[in-house]
Amino acid sequence: MKVKHHLILTLGAAFMLASCGQQNQSSNGALSSSAAEKVYVAPGEQDEFYAFLSGGYSGNLTVYGLPSGRMFKEIPVFSQFPTSGYGYSEETIPMLNTSHGFVPWDDLHHPDISQTNGELDGRWIFVNGNNTPRIARVDLSTFETAEIIEVPNSAGNHSSSFITENTEYVVAGTRFAVPVPQRDMSISEYKGNFKGALTFISVDPEHGHMAIKFQLLMPGFNYDLSHPGRGKSHGWFFFTTYNTEEANTLLEVNASQNDKDFIAAINWKKIEEYVNNGGGTKMPANYAHNVYDEHSHTGTTTMKDEVLTVDPTKVPGAVFFLPTPKSPHGCDVDPTGQYIIGNGKLSADLTVHSFDKMIAAIEGEKFDGEAYGIPILKFEDVLAGQVKSGGLGPLHTEFDGKGNAYTTFFISSEVVKWQLGTWEVIDRKPTYYSVGHLMIPGGNSRKPFGKYVVAMNKITKDRYLPTGPEMEHSAQIYDISGDKMELIYDFPTHGEPHYAAGCPAELLAPRSQKIYRLDENRHPYAVTTADGSKVVRDGNEVHVYMSTIRSHFTPDNIEGIKVGDKVYFHITNHEQDFDVPHGFSILGQNTSELLIMPGQTKTSVWEPKQVGVWPFYCTDFCSALHQEMQGYVRVSPANSNVELKWSLGE
Amino acid sequence: MKKASILMIIGPLFLLGLYVFPLWNIMLGAPQYPDPLGLNIHINGLQGVNEFDIQNIDGLNHYIGMHTLPKVEDMWEFGTFPIIIGIMVGLGVLIGILGFLGKLSYKWFLGWFALMSLMGILGMYDFNEWLVDYGTNLDPNAIMKLTNPDGTPMTYKPPLLGHVKMLNFDVTSLPATGAWLMFLGMMLTLAAGYFGWKSKKIKT
Repeated sequence: MKVKHHLILTLGAAFMLASCGQQNQSSNGALSSSAAEKVYVAPGEQDEFYAFLSGGYSGNLTVYGLPSGRMFKEIPVFSQFPTSGYGYSEETIPMLNTSHGFVPWDDLHHPDISQTNGELDGRWIFVNGNNTPRIARVDLSTFETAEIIEVPNSAGNHSSSFITENTEYVVAGTRFAVPVPQRDMSISEYKGNFKGALTFISVDPEHGHMAIKFQLLMPGFNYDLSHPGRGKSHGWFFFTTYNTEEANTLLEVNASQNDKDFIAAINWKKIEEYVNNGGGTKMPANYAHNVYDEHSHTGTTTMKDEVLTVDPTKVPGAVFFLPTPKSPHGCDVDPTGQYIIGNGKLSADLTVHSFDKMIAAIEGEKFDGEAYGIPILKFEDVLAGQVKSGGLGPLHTEFDGKGNAYTTFFISSEVVKWQLGTWEVIDRKPTYYSVGHLMIPGGNSRKPFGKYVVAMNKITKDRYLPTGPEMEHSAQIYDISGDKMELIYDFPTHGEPHYAAGCPAELLAPRSQKIYRLDENRHPYAVTTADGSKVVRDGNEVHVYMSTIRSHFTPDNIEGIKVGDKVYFHITNHEQDFDVPHGFSILGQNTSELLIMPGQTKTSVWEPKQVGVWPFYCTDFCSALHQEMQGYVRVSPANSNVELKWSLGE
Repeated sequence: MKKASILMIIGPLFLLGLYVFPLWNIMLGAPQYPDPLGLNIHINGLQGVNEFDIQNIDGLNHYIGMHTLPKVEDMWEFGTFPIIIGIMVGLGVLIGILGFLGKLSYKWFLGWFALMSLMGILGMYDFNEWLVDYGTNLDPNAIMKLTNPDGTPMTYKPPLLGHVKMLNFDVTSLPATGAWLMFLGMMLTLAAGYFGWKSKKIKT
């Protein structure tokens, strides 16, 4: 097996070399000038699409424009972000609370934009934290993280965060099988004892608030990726599995023994009905639910102590296994909902299952045995076709809405375009290098916008000027409006994008918020009037109610602070003008700066350790007098009697 | 004369638009303000074109020592103008009705037009006086004290009509919907006077 593996990689390398040669021949002359025209967004012009690229191990989500490849914003989600103070400010620390305490980082994987009737509606984007399992909801009018829910009984939250076609649920599947509930037991007793939890989190249609509806406790396989059924298959969810061998060590060999693993088909509507009628078992659990309120500008953590679990064998007709070759990775459903694609990552071929055939096989009860009480359908009965791609290592597939599918091949480093139904390969283009995911705006919905595909690569090597051993990953944009794909641009991405989601600019741009309204600010420590500033001592805690407007802090002189005090700077930005944030930092601050948007209040804690007169200043170049936007705090010895006072312009 | 009287009744009613639409509009665009800040001058007060424009104009103007834009209670005009317009509309309509009933001659129509024109000119004069004060009566402790090339202190009077480049801002001042409706209404009363005069000439 190991020998075979090496052979594949060598073959892959050979493919790469061949691809490079082709590229060099075609990368100059008229062709490149027309590519330049296609990606050139002139100064002052705006892009046609938004693209949200997962930041992978950066823990955050990045926003790009297509076709320009320009990065607009990094949205902090699972990682502390000193640029804005996310995860450092008192208001945002709760967003990173978990049952394991404050977790300042995660590995953000799969963005998915909310949908209505299977089409993108642009209200929210959901992302998953892979390491300490969590799902986050980012608001697409503020482009800020609005909510994070921890997923109990899960480990390596990888087959997540995909939504059903009316955003009824955001679904989170476990990659690792683990003891459920967690307990002290021998690792070698994994087989038959560990479970794989697939969690269905309901989304409130009005506010987007998330709550765990139920967890399906599946056999202890590894649930790799998932996608919802849509159209005719709405009501179903499909998960790829690997390690159906249930190996607990040296998985690269031991989890690659079975010729076929499974795609698990889950009829979630049936299970929803079952739990709505009182089915399922409540299990004690401990997980955090963190909600950010846009008006109090504050996140709060609520610990939950119970989760509803469902044993799949108790709901007949709800769960089936579709045999799928070679440890399938991506699990993709075409825009009509008819085809379920298993990207068998250790093979050259793609397996396409037919939803209609699956239903017929289920109705005909044509089973090929069972696994832990779950019926296995016959491979031949559900197979729609196989794509003989000629590539190696298929990972992910997206759709253009014109009957074509585009699959990434990691090992042979290419994107392959093929036709749904005929399974014929139409075109193939190299990527640079070793592509993981790809994204067509709306490519995971009933209505894709099939103009560009973005290929996100794992290996950069020589694509850009070298920056030492560590480099950003590279991405390529291909024009897919014609029969043949055309490589038109190449740009570095931040972190490691695992999947992305895109949508037309007009869906979001008009709704993008410009300011927060000061008259809607309900932060308990906000100063909403010019003369409302004050400093209040409560034991050794001092609360500074401070406001900012171009170009001063109110107050800017504070005396009566003592060593050992815990000073809370609650800063409200009084600007109501688009793009006029103010910053705040003070010498010796043990956290990050704050960046406060117009109308917003943020809090930084400062614990002065040395006597002296310490300066603070605005960190955002806010105006022509930004440099004058500064002040002093006098810190006296712990036992001194200096009176607490504050002023501006005296 | 009946046709003329009807025009005389309708014409002043157009002035009612001043209670809804702004009389004048001043837009301030700058490199940092691709969406310009804007000021709508209504007969009963000032309003930002966008919700926070007044606050933002005041915020910028404090650098060069300009006073904040007047609130309703700061200027007698905002209390008086609505009353004057109301009286003029009532008077005009009354003249028109009496003309229709044959109690008044067309000369009254022209008289109303002349009075309204006089008031308009006085109003413009008053408005210009305010602009001069607003643009030149500067805080001596202003953050930025700029001078013209000849060494005199720079002032910032917005134009009464038209466009002026002021520091980084392009300032454009133009009549707005309310003024255009008033202008149209006044033209109708002038026409009423003309038709009244013509019908008189035919009769004699």
